[in-house]
Amino acid sequence: MKTLFSLISGVLFGAGLTIGGMTDPARVRGFLDLFGDWDPTLAFVMGGALVVMAIAWRVVPGMARPILADGFHVPTKNELTPKLIGGAVLFGVGWGIAGLCPGPGIAALAIQPAAAAIFVVSMLVGMALLRLIEGKS
Amino acid sequence: MTIPGFPDAAPVDGLIGGALIGVAAAVMLLMLGRIAGVSGIAAKAAGLGGSGIDRIGAWAFVIGLPLGALAVMLAQGGLEPSFAGPVPLIIAGLLVGFGTRLGSGCTSGHGVCGISRLSGRSIVATITFMAAGIATVAVMNAAGMDVLK
Repeated sequence: MKTLFSLISGVLFGAGLTIGGMTDPARVRGFLDLFGDWDPTLAFVMGGALVVMAIAWRVVPGMARPILADGFHVPTKNELTPKLIGGAVLFGVGWGIAGLCPGPGIAALAIQPAAAAIFVVSMLVGMALLRLIEGKS
Repeated sequence: MTIPGFPDAAPVDGLIGGALIGVAAAVMLLMLGRIAGVSGIAAKAAGLGGSGIDRIGAWAFVIGLPLGALAVMLAQGGLEPSFAGPVPLIIAGLLVGFGTRLGSGCTSGHGVCGISRLSGRSIVATITFMAAGIATVAVMNAAGMDVLK
C-alpha cells in the first residue's frame, strides 16, 4: 500500500512537471533568462505547487500521524551552512547549463530517453562523487 | 490564455502542472509522512544515501516520474523539446547531482516542500540556486552559447 502511494505520488509529480513545462529545457532556461527574453511560466508552476503544499502543511498538525505511516519525518536543521549555500550554487549552475533539475531529468526519460539518460547517469555519478569525498562507501 | 508582454508564457498550464506537483507532494506527506524531494529519493533508489523513505518506495516514486510524463505526452499527442548535447548534459548532471546532495535538496525538496513550510534553509537555498541559474544563463547568453541548438 505504501509503495502504491509512492508510485502514485511519482506519477502525479511527473505529470505535473510535464504539463507545467519543466521537462522542456527551453522553458526552464527561459525562466532563468531574467535579463533576456524572460518566460514567467515556471513562476506559475511554483505558485500552484506552493499553494497546495501550504494547505497540506496546515493539515499536518491536526493529524496524529500520516495515514499510512508511523510518523512525520520532517527536516529539523535550522543552520545556514556553507554546504547548503555551496551545494545550492553548484546545483543552480548545473540547472542553468542544461535547463534540467532532478525531477524533470528523470521524468524526461519518457520524452527524450537518450538525452535524459546521459543527464540522469551523470547526476548519479555526481551524487556518488560527493559520497566518495565525504568518505562514505 | 496569455500574459500581455509574454506571448510564449503558459500560465494556465503552469498553474495546473504546479498544482499537480503540489498534490503529489501532499500525497507523499499526508499518506507517508515524507518530503517529496526528488534528489534525496533518487539518491536513495540508487543506494547513494539520501531520503529516509524505504528503498522500494523510492524506486516506485522514481519509476512514477517518467510514467506520469509519458501519460501527458500521449494525451498531448507527442512532445519534442530540444535538449542540450552530451557534453553540457554531462557537466550539468555532475553539478546537479553533486550540488543537490551537498545542499540537501533541489527544486522539489527546498523549492516546493521547504518554502511551503517556511523553512529558512529552504528559502535561502532556493534563492541561491535560482540566482546561480539566472547568472549562468546570463553569462552563457552573453558568450553566445546556445546549448539547446
